[in-house]
Amino acid sequence: MATVTPVYPATRRNTELALLVMAVVVATGAWAVVGLTEDGRLPPGLALYGGGLAGLAVLLHLVLRWKAAYADPVLLPVATLLNGLGLVVIHRLDLSSSRTDQAPRQLLWTAIGVVAAGAVLWLLRDHRVLRRYTFTAMVAGLVLLLLPLLPGIGRTINGARIWIGIGPLSFQPGELAKIVLAVFFAGYLVVHRDALSLTGPKLLFLRLPRARDLGPILVAWLASVGVLVLQRDLGTSLLFFGLFVAVLYVATERVSWIVLGLLLFVAGAVLAATTFSHVQERVAIWLHPFAPDNADQSYQLVQGLYGMANGGLLGTGLDRGRPDIVPFANSDFIYSSIGEELGLVGLFAVLLLYGVLVERGLRTAIAVRDGFGKLLAAGLAFSVTLQVFVVVGGVTRIIPLTGLTMPFLAAGGSSLVSNWIVVGLLLRISDLARRPAPEVRNGPGDTGVTQAVRIP
Amino acid sequence: MSELTLTALRLGLLVVLWLFVLAVVGVLRADLFGTRVTARRTERARPRVPRAARGDAPDAGEPARPARATLVVVEGSLRGTTLAVGTAPVLIGRGPDCTLVLDDEYASTKHVRISPAPAGDGWVVEDLQSTNGSFLGRDRLTVPRPFEPGTPLRIGKTVLELRR
Repeated sequence: MATVTPVYPATRRNTELALLVMAVVVATGAWAVVGLTEDGRLPPGLALYGGGLAGLAVLLHLVLRWKAAYADPVLLPVATLLNGLGLVVIHRLDLSSSRTDQAPRQLLWTAIGVVAAGAVLWLLRDHRVLRRYTFTAMVAGLVLLLLPLLPGIGRTINGARIWIGIGPLSFQPGELAKIVLAVFFAGYLVVHRDALSLTGPKLLFLRLPRARDLGPILVAWLASVGVLVLQRDLGTSLLFFGLFVAVLYVATERVSWIVLGLLLFVAGAVLAATTFSHVQERVAIWLHPFAPDNADQSYQLVQGLYGMANGGLLGTGLDRGRPDIVPFANSDFIYSSIGEELGLVGLFAVLLLYGVLVERGLRTAIAVRDGFGKLLAAGLAFSVTLQVFVVVGGVTRIIPLTGLTMPFLAAGGSSLVSNWIVVGLLLRISDLARRPAPEVRNGPGDTGVTQAVRIP
Repeated sequence: MSELTLTALRLGLLVVLWLFVLAVVGVLRADLFGTRVTARRTERARPRVPRAARGDAPDAGEPARPARATLVVVEGSLRGTTLAVGTAPVLIGRGPDCTLVLDDEYASTKHVRISPAPAGDGWVVEDLQSTNGSFLGRDRLTVPRPFEPGTPLRIGKTVLELRR
């Protein structure tokens, strides 16, 4: 026998502030180290970047104090530190290349991202409102995905047609599509999960779903194959299908969906690897990066591997390695840049920070009381997981290289803004999950009387 | 900048990075929330006191043991389920916060409460203004009544019995 009593946490905003100060100190310290190593004195931009990062973080902290006092205390400091470390590495790569405008741009996008997260917290008082827009989210997600295919504004950069450009600005709408599709998956599956969790024929130890319930997963699979064919973007296609299967599993608790998803994924992968030349090329450089035939294509991957090997356990120190040799060192290969200059010790710290971010998302999903919130939080947390896995796996040659970005670290505005929005949504859901339930008076005097309770 | 200073800076950065990670882990450890599960002392978990230390009279300083009985579901979808009833009141209904959660469409969220009788031995069953009512034996429960062992208590399609 055991008794179960609910435990509600305090708001913990002061803990968050303390962690935030630490995060800003670490990021600013890293920036100072870059300057000290470069020319022996504190860099002139230190006040701007340290102050800018601190100001933005405190801004979001104040919004949390005001609008979501019970939100998770760890999410914001972890996201701030990852963003700050990304800024430092991008700045460091600016120093050793001819382009020097990447770090200021990244800071500008950070500001936009933080403001977007603040706007989410400010305007969205309750995440359950999003459930009303389930099918709007579906349409919006599809439009965002298809936007780059429009002839006027779509742009092909580095072989993938996932960009839209208006004047000098370019943006990847697929990053925002990730969020709206997570909303759609959560809203759709919370309604239809009962039908999808009905079991059909039993095959060995596995209970398969009914054949007529296979529709949604097939549609998701076809859509992600469509993304792969039309936009030539392996990463986005993988992300959407993985996200759908993960939310489907969380919604139905049936392992058979994962098995089915993996089978469909393998079928799609084999199909893609035998049909599309760009996928074939990726697979070839994944399996044989050091083969002389692949030397031209695998240059980036091989340089990244050499960079991480050069870093070793403790790294060469910021600004003392040569991560700039790797093409796209500040976006696709920022992981190997960190590995070279901060070493395995630094990489594991970064990976642990991602782990904490995802754990808090899943913890929120467990704690929140409505089904839609559970699925949404789990889906958002899983999208971060999948991105980190796909990027780190690609750079370290566990899976073929795909075109996703490290959340918060990599240079690139669209990814940064959408990940800040993800953090804003998770903070909003966690506020509702951790807020104490309203007091319901149910004494002997007023049994059976319906009470109106205001849920804040 | 001397080589020594740079090495110190390089390692110092890694140290503060890990300090932050450890601080986060510390916050997570202190940030447990949700529900707290307290294990009650059961017969087996009760600390064994040697007989010699207690003396020859077993009931000398020992408090009177509370009466215990078993609530058995004899009909309905939960047939065969048993539940120990002791000094704490037992709430039965469809609501997730009930002690015994019934999977019965004819039961209310909080249907009946079985609590120990105020006057010592036995239990009292009380209908919590349920929609479809409860029947103790053949009579509908309107006021709290003593719940005798062996008397069937009908809630919707579920029938419960108290057994010593």
